[in-house]
Amino acid sequence: MQEEKNKQQVNIVLCGVGGQGTILASRLIADAAMQKGIHVRSAETIGMAQRGGSVFTNLRLGEDVPTPRIGLGKADLMIAFEPAEAVRMLPYLKEEAQAVVSMEPIMPVSAMVGASSYPVDEILAYLKEHVKHLTLVDSARAAADLGSAKCLNVVLLGAAVRSKALGLTEEDIGKALEARLPEKLLGLNRKALMYTASE
Amino acid sequence: MHKEFLMGNEAIAIGALAAGVNYVAGYPGTPSTEVLETVAKRNPGSVYVEWSVNEKAAMEAAAGAAYAGARALVTMKQVGLNVAADPLMSLEYIGIKGGMVIMVADDPGPISSQTEQDTRTFAMFSKVPLFDPSTVEEAFSMMKEAFAFSEEWGTPVFFRSTTRVDHGYESIEIPDEPEYEKHEPEGFVKDASRFVIFPKLSVKNHALIEKRNAQLSKTLSEYPRNFILPAKGRWQAKGKAAQDGCGSGNRRAIATHGINYTYVLDAFDEASRPEILRVAVPFPFPEDLAAAFLQDKDEVLCVEELDPVIERALIHVCGKYGLQVRIRGKLTGDIAPSGENSTDSVAAALAAFFEDASLKPSACGLSDAPPLPVRPPVLCAGCPHRASFYAVKQAMKGQKTLFAGDIGCYTLGNAQPLEMCDTCLCMGAGINIAQGIWRVEPDTKCFAFVGDSTFFASGITGVVNAFYNQAQLTLIVLDNSTTAMTGHQPHPGTGRTVMGQVVEKVSIEAVLLAIGLPFVETVDPLDLEHAIDTVRRAQEVDGVKAIIFRSPCITIEKSRRKAAVDPEQCTGCRKCIRSLGCPALVLDGKKAGIRASMCTGCMLCAQVCPAGAIREG
Repeated sequence: MQEEKNKQQVNIVLCGVGGQGTILASRLIADAAMQKGIHVRSAETIGMAQRGGSVFTNLRLGEDVPTPRIGLGKADLMIAFEPAEAVRMLPYLKEEAQAVVSMEPIMPVSAMVGASSYPVDEILAYLKEHVKHLTLVDSARAAADLGSAKCLNVVLLGAAVRSKALGLTEEDIGKALEARLPEKLLGLNRKALMYTASE
Repeated sequence: MHKEFLMGNEAIAIGALAAGVNYVAGYPGTPSTEVLETVAKRNPGSVYVEWSVNEKAAMEAAAGAAYAGARALVTMKQVGLNVAADPLMSLEYIGIKGGMVIMVADDPGPISSQTEQDTRTFAMFSKVPLFDPSTVEEAFSMMKEAFAFSEEWGTPVFFRSTTRVDHGYESIEIPDEPEYEKHEPEGFVKDASRFVIFPKLSVKNHALIEKRNAQLSKTLSEYPRNFILPAKGRWQAKGKAAQDGCGSGNRRAIATHGINYTYVLDAFDEASRPEILRVAVPFPFPEDLAAAFLQDKDEVLCVEELDPVIERALIHVCGKYGLQVRIRGKLTGDIAPSGENSTDSVAAALAAFFEDASLKPSACGLSDAPPLPVRPPVLCAGCPHRASFYAVKQAMKGQKTLFAGDIGCYTLGNAQPLEMCDTCLCMGAGINIAQGIWRVEPDTKCFAFVGDSTFFASGITGVVNAFYNQAQLTLIVLDNSTTAMTGHQPHPGTGRTVMGQVVEKVSIEAVLLAIGLPFVETVDPLDLEHAIDTVRRAQEVDGVKAIIFRSPCITIEKSRRKAAVDPEQCTGCRKCIRSLGCPALVLDGKKAGIRASMCTGCMLCAQVCPAGAIREG
């Protein structure tokens, strides 16, 4: 019974640094799920942290989900816009969860002025070692290939769709893009959605 | 009706619109801001909406509208309620005619606030009934009930939510605009015996309020949103409690509220859970319902955020009705006394209370992870506040100084490497604090930094006070022509209103000159040399001096300019990185680099670079 209920639920953690576009990505997933008649709840960071702090969104798809928050070890999918933020959120993942992680670190001001450290290589190694189903996305290369860094959210979303953990298709997300974005941005974002498929 | 994916605050706003609200006033503050913004966005055309200069103005204006029979909504964050406390305390004695809902967003954590105060406690103090929703859907539905309740009982009511409801999202059914209720205000009917507060009226009305609230306690025991959710599955059979690992024959249950109710539900299987008392209106407390809930229990765990309001109320009910029930929660150390709860902290508390390890949250930790960078929020790349702080810092180098900060984006000037915020208390406090410190330490050059919106909200009285009382200080108005931290709301200095009207701007310079300040100058902080010179010249003048650093918020005034480092000329001294702390400045090998995706071309770093290595690129 419990097993069956959980099958219908998808718990997604999105995380990154304020200003990276996690909110639009979660909106697109919610739109796509709602179009298919799936009930959606979410919780996210709004406020001071949006100025370069750590931010997260919890998205829960499915019926009988009482709360928007996701507990430790309960997430099916993580979409991380930044590797250190991905590590911060690891305790929320199920053992079998899929993780889509942008490899490009965002160095906080605190690390630049020497108030904290950011051992990037160690962090990437830790992710590789501890996440069973990991998709690392070379977002610097994606930005160069696509000619824009602004569609990182859709690049990651595409990789998340293909990880199958989302329960949504490229077509579903494509429809959500059409509904939410202005015509002139659609071409770029459609390419972004398929970017990791061509690798 | 149609379905939409809505933020809690949007749902609250639509609930008010659907209830036929006529008048909406508020002051921005996380996590409440989106309520008023949504009313303005979805205004069917018949609703008056304003960003007031502060919460006190909003409360008073809404009270006036409600006196005249309008349905009024006033919105603020929890600390805003402190500003509006004076009118509110008296308003409860006067009462209202049109329904009046005071929407206050509490911020457990706190995530974006100075305090973790609980508006439920304020409700008890002010004797104002309070509604506390658990979900986005409930927030929408409850708003209509709150308006009807307010009108029926002639009292303003609190509609209190917390961050996770305000900023939670849910796909919910909402009415289309033609389905909104229509309410025609009757107009103000003069009656001095009702609307003019005098001790005689207060004596009479205080007695009536106490009587009414006692009556309401009974009425609210019947309110369907205050309910007892029966036990299910294995938790049903009380006699089986012991063998099910529920303790030695103890009959245990949960009392909870708000978002915590959803955390409790999440901890249990849908088919099997203990009995739960869910309190949606904690004041006046539904005593009869609580007594019925308690009568067959041995122990109750109160799962609450912020103050132990339900816990104290249940202890009171036990004492009053002579019930032998052990009430546990914050006062017994079973729930953390401060901070935000989570699904995990609640699950852990439930596991301990029921002595049932299966309820425990997953224990995976990060003990072996490499150190993670800390990421405190920072001023945006290109933020003009960075230039203002840097200019003052440079001008006053080597002198004994005090930099009093205030509430807004510019509180972030506290961080390394600027470190230009020595104090921050509450909206508008900086100016008075600088005055107080200067009186005690007259050899300190005292500065007060205040944003434009905060200046209008509660800064002006401080300037008048300092000027009248002969203080020596420099007021720095950081004017970016918006209320930036909360998402760019207009204010009296912007020349626009939330309803889209273009209005006469209130000039900060004219206000300061009218007060009589001997030095009032306006400078572009991104012109570093001029900015530093102005700060120095101000120090040669006695009394309260003011400098207005005016440059638009960089997130509104999109810039296509970029700065670039010439690696040939960069000596790798890192002065730009170490003195400005701009998130667009990074170390590229041994030289400075500029992250083009973030840079706005403010060119402050170019003015700081001793090698002249940074140019527009």
